Amino acid sequence: MEINMTFLGQMISFAILVWFTTKFIWPQLNGAIEERQKKVADGLAAAERARAELKDADAKVASEIKQARQQSTDIIDKAQAQANAIIEKARVEATDEINRLKAQAQDEIASMAQRAREQLREQVGKLAVQGAEKIVQREIDPAAHKALLDQLAAEI
Amino acid sequence: MASEPQGGLTEYIQHHLNHMTVNFSTDHFWFWNLRADSIIISFALGAIFCLWFWLFARKATSGVPSKGQALVEIIIEFVDTQVKDTFHGDRRTVTPLALSIFMWVFLMNAMDLLPVDLFGWIVQTVSGKEVAHHTYGRIVPTADINTTVGLSVAVLLIVIGHGIKAKGGFGFTKELFTAPFHAHSPVAKIVLAIPNFLLNVVETLSKPVSLAMRLFGNMYGGELVFMLIAGLMVSWISFVPGVVFNTAWAIFHILIIALQAFIFMMLTIVYIATAREHH
Repeated sequence: MEINMTFLGQMISFAILVWFTTKFIWPQLNGAIEERQKKVADGLAAAERARAELKDADAKVASEIKQARQQSTDIIDKAQAQANAIIEKARVEATDEINRLKAQAQDEIASMAQRAREQLREQVGKLAVQGAEKIVQREIDPAAHKALLDQLAAEI
Repeated sequence: MASEPQGGLTEYIQHHLNHMTVNFSTDHFWFWNLRADSIIISFALGAIFCLWFWLFARKATSGVPSKGQALVEIIIEFVDTQVKDTFHGDRRTVTPLALSIFMWVFLMNAMDLLPVDLFGWIVQTVSGKEVAHHTYGRIVPTADINTTVGLSVAVLLIVIGHGIKAKGGFGFTKELFTAPFHAHSPVAKIVLAIPNFLLNVVETLSKPVSLAMRLFGNMYGGELVFMLIAGLMVSWISFVPGVVFNTAWAIFHILIIALQAFIFMMLTIVYIATAREHH
């Protein structure tokens, strides 16, 4: 229990130690700690922000999907309507064509029947002339009786 | 200090309580004694602390810290939290001070956990028995009253410095005479000036004395108990209880080592915080 020079020596050592700590140890380490604290806080804030943004994006995606689905339904509906219209048009055209062809065929049949009838009438006229020649036994001059014969043929 | 050889435990302990002393004066006046063991060991421990922390402070990163940096940061944050809770002001000088005190006192106290005879054994192994008999050395600097008083007086000067800085030279001096007893009439002020001043002197002086004596007493006592337990191991009969007691005391002493370092640091912070308060 004696106080001697050691006391002063320890005071000086202590002073050096405190000076060193204040100058070379504390500022650097505390700076790093505070900077990291800031980084962590920033990171947490960023994560929070990202989470909110993700939520927004999710909602947006959902609404867009809904819209796209709606659009595709519309397109399908429209396409179906168009297809129906095309089919309807084709049917109408086909019906017209059929009717036209039918009418043409009927005309042809009618004209052919007419022609056949005329031929028949002509031959009947000829037969009638030949028959009359035979009956009359003399030649009938076709030129002299042409008007008569034609009238006969028209009457048949 | 060295007494005549009495043999046995008494001689053993007295031998161990001697310091490695160097005297610088011609008449060998006791004040000029320098306890080389306390100085060298405490200085080495301070240097170890500085080097250790400086190595991590130099490459301190705010990114992912290495395990070493994390340990250093845990210590620093522990100290800083204590300062923050007690002292409300600019901590840029107070926390480094508290950190220095805590780590230095802790390391010096921790020397108590080294075996009491390790130092002597090394000297004996290196230089032989004769030299060892005349070489004294104590490895716990805080079990030397000079170290603890040196620390506490330095702390007192810092505390007074804080007081003067916070209140100004005049305000600080005025408070020595006007607190803790306040008066409003001039006569009462004059009457109370003397008791106030005496109380303040006692209060101021009691701070370093209590700081120094508390640490010194704990560490000196702890060292003494280690020596007494070491005495048990001399005989084969008491060897096993000696080992048991030694282990138990060492484990208990870990608490005291950390606790005393913590108390020294905390009281320093409290003193600084009080010195900055206005009365």
